[in-house]
Amino acid sequence: MNEYQYDHQTVKGFILSSIFWGVVGIVIGLWISIQMWNADWNIAPYFTFGRLRVVHTNGLAFGLGVGAIFGIFYYIVMRLTKRPLLFPKLARVHLWVFNAAIALAALSLFAGMNQSLEYAELEWPLDIGIVILWVMFAVNIFGTVIKRKEEQMYISLWYIIATVVAVAVLYIVNNLSIPAGLTKSYSVFAGVNSANVEWWYGHNAVGFVFTTPILAMFYYFLPKSTGLPIYSHRLSIIAFWSLIFGYLWTGAHHLVYTPLPDWIQTTAIVFTIFLIAPSWGSVVNGYYTVGSDWSKMQSQYLTKFFIWGITFYGLQTVQGPTQALRVVSSLIHYTDWVPGHVHMGTMGWVTMTTAASMYYIIPKIYNTEIYSVKAANTHFWLVLVGQLMFSVTMWITGIQQGALWKATNADGSLKYTFYETLIKNYPFWRLRTLAGVIFTVGMLFFIYNILMTIRKGSILAASKA
Amino acid sequence: MAGELYNKPILFAVVATVVILIGTLVTMFYPMMRQEMHPKLDNLKPYTALQLAGKDIYQREGCNNCHTQTVRPLKTEVIRYGDYSKAGEFAYDRPFLWGSKRTGPDLARIGGKYPDAWHYAHHENPQSMFPKSNMPKYAFLKKAMVDPPAIEAHMKANDFPYTAADISALAGKTEMDALVAYLQSVGTAVKKKASRVVAEAGARQHEKNPLAGDAKAIALGKTLFAENCEACHGANGQGGIGPSLADDVFFGVKGDVADDDYFEVINNGIEPGMVEEGRVAKDTMPEFKALGKDKIWSLVAYIRSVQGK
Repeated sequence: MNEYQYDHQTVKGFILSSIFWGVVGIVIGLWISIQMWNADWNIAPYFTFGRLRVVHTNGLAFGLGVGAIFGIFYYIVMRLTKRPLLFPKLARVHLWVFNAAIALAALSLFAGMNQSLEYAELEWPLDIGIVILWVMFAVNIFGTVIKRKEEQMYISLWYIIATVVAVAVLYIVNNLSIPAGLTKSYSVFAGVNSANVEWWYGHNAVGFVFTTPILAMFYYFLPKSTGLPIYSHRLSIIAFWSLIFGYLWTGAHHLVYTPLPDWIQTTAIVFTIFLIAPSWGSVVNGYYTVGSDWSKMQSQYLTKFFIWGITFYGLQTVQGPTQALRVVSSLIHYTDWVPGHVHMGTMGWVTMTTAASMYYIIPKIYNTEIYSVKAANTHFWLVLVGQLMFSVTMWITGIQQGALWKATNADGSLKYTFYETLIKNYPFWRLRTLAGVIFTVGMLFFIYNILMTIRKGSILAASKA
Repeated sequence: MAGELYNKPILFAVVATVVILIGTLVTMFYPMMRQEMHPKLDNLKPYTALQLAGKDIYQREGCNNCHTQTVRPLKTEVIRYGDYSKAGEFAYDRPFLWGSKRTGPDLARIGGKYPDAWHYAHHENPQSMFPKSNMPKYAFLKKAMVDPPAIEAHMKANDFPYTAADISALAGKTEMDALVAYLQSVGTAVKKKASRVVAEAGARQHEKNPLAGDAKAIALGKTLFAENCEACHGANGQGGIGPSLADDVFFGVKGDVADDDYFEVINNGIEPGMVEEGRVAKDTMPEFKALGKDKIWSLVAYIRSVQGK
């Protein structure tokens, strides 16, 4: 037994909070998926698609995603530095401020307080709150790492440090605005320039919220749960530096064929292609790690979460660059292909890896085993099927939309009015709702399993005391 | 030496930050210093107080989640929406509202495309015009009043010119009034190109409708009319938001016009001030060029059949 105490309460608090916000985000996701094919599900003014969609994206990216990142990072950092957090009380305050911020964020978005910057919708007072939140987090992470008991910093710590600095820079710059009252502001950036700043932010929010932190989890929990060491340390070094170098150049691939200067678009497209290499560096590292003993896929239930998770990361990082190509962009941009792409990353890579990390952490904290491996396997297959059905359906819809928008008659006139192309999406959008239901049921198995494990652990601890 | 990096967290963080900032400097910060990122068309005007109030509502309701505001320089996109978007059109948008998804159509050229009455009716109940539309109803905007002091603060924050009279004129305006005023301003800094498909260069000779009286064309025209025209011109063309097509009044003046005048109007739409057969238009109507020649002639054939001609 160690002579010090890990601060497990905060870790658990973040994990449970993130699961709570995850449920809110997923339920709203299902709701807006129905609004897509049935306008009667809009309840004006607070629950129209236009307002709910941002609650869905913010709730899941920041409530589930960032909440899980906070909790899991605290766990990983304590283990990798072999010491408790430097400021455990600050971490506890951080937990409460986080939940207050997410609750206020959701309410403000329902109320329509919206900067209209994708994934940075929150108005300026909340932005300031989030910067404070991030500083609290950064102080604890850096303080603990500096005062560590283990000299060498493991790969996961590199990704954690990169996440902490990059998110700070991205968030502060993109949210710079001129307040015009407590609930309204105007960006300091205008027009074409604001588009470039926003997608520099938007794409790197994907990079430093949905990629680097998840890789930090992957590099820590894959070896931990399988007992197999990471295949190549050198490959992980190359992949790390080239990933964080390359990512920041690529934002403008979201602005292909817009009035943004062509050279910025082209530069972004080139670097997007380049990014396949470092992304697949981690994919290959993961495969070869488990490659030394593929039987782990069967014998250790978490292995398949991590391997399928990294596989979706691999698919995502090939699909993304192809979408950046002008010829592909001209067909699928602005269509449902894009949500199909995003959800492969979020429902496949991010949620699978994060859930598996939680499956690892919770029994460890309670000194017990997972409540039910069978339920975890059911969770796995349901989210896999739900996510694939979601993404594939949306890719087909997207290609159809793009093709119908482009279809012309012999005389060059358009074959379809916009309204006609809209109605043809409805069968696919209904299927997407069904896919979402399947995914949600899978997530309910996950939540049940986590809660029952906590219960089991608490009873165990009580009987020992 | 390089191995040391992984034992020194502060140095590591500094190096990581520098690596992250290289791409940031080249693709974000450097362009910002260049003139090409701050273009402004000569005839782009700052938003009026009412238009800004409408833009605020557009943002509050998250319209940009379903509607883009940028026409790509692609053939079919220009045919569908109008001229492709220019860099200098967005100088007063803080931030840009280009969006990233077209669940509904692009709105970059919506200004002046429809008469105001169309927007009022459509926002109140989109399904009354497009029965299967998935757009939410925004009837509540008709009851909500704009807040003049707040709008004044917003005008100041944007540094837009305004007078006290502009602000006092906002009293009594609804949020719907503001939203429609905003939409009517979107994309209007770029002048519409007058285009003719039927009457090419040379003296204007009236072209007969090649499908006149054709039963199949009239049936097709009836279907097309229900899909594209009925929302404004009423079932069988008795009128509504737009004028009646069943009578022999054209551009507000009694007396029939030629088949190809109808064609011209359907093909190119109407802008106030446009002259057809010596008559001056006061209204606005979108162009239906995208339908193509045959369908437009079929519509003309149908309209003629309604008129009993």
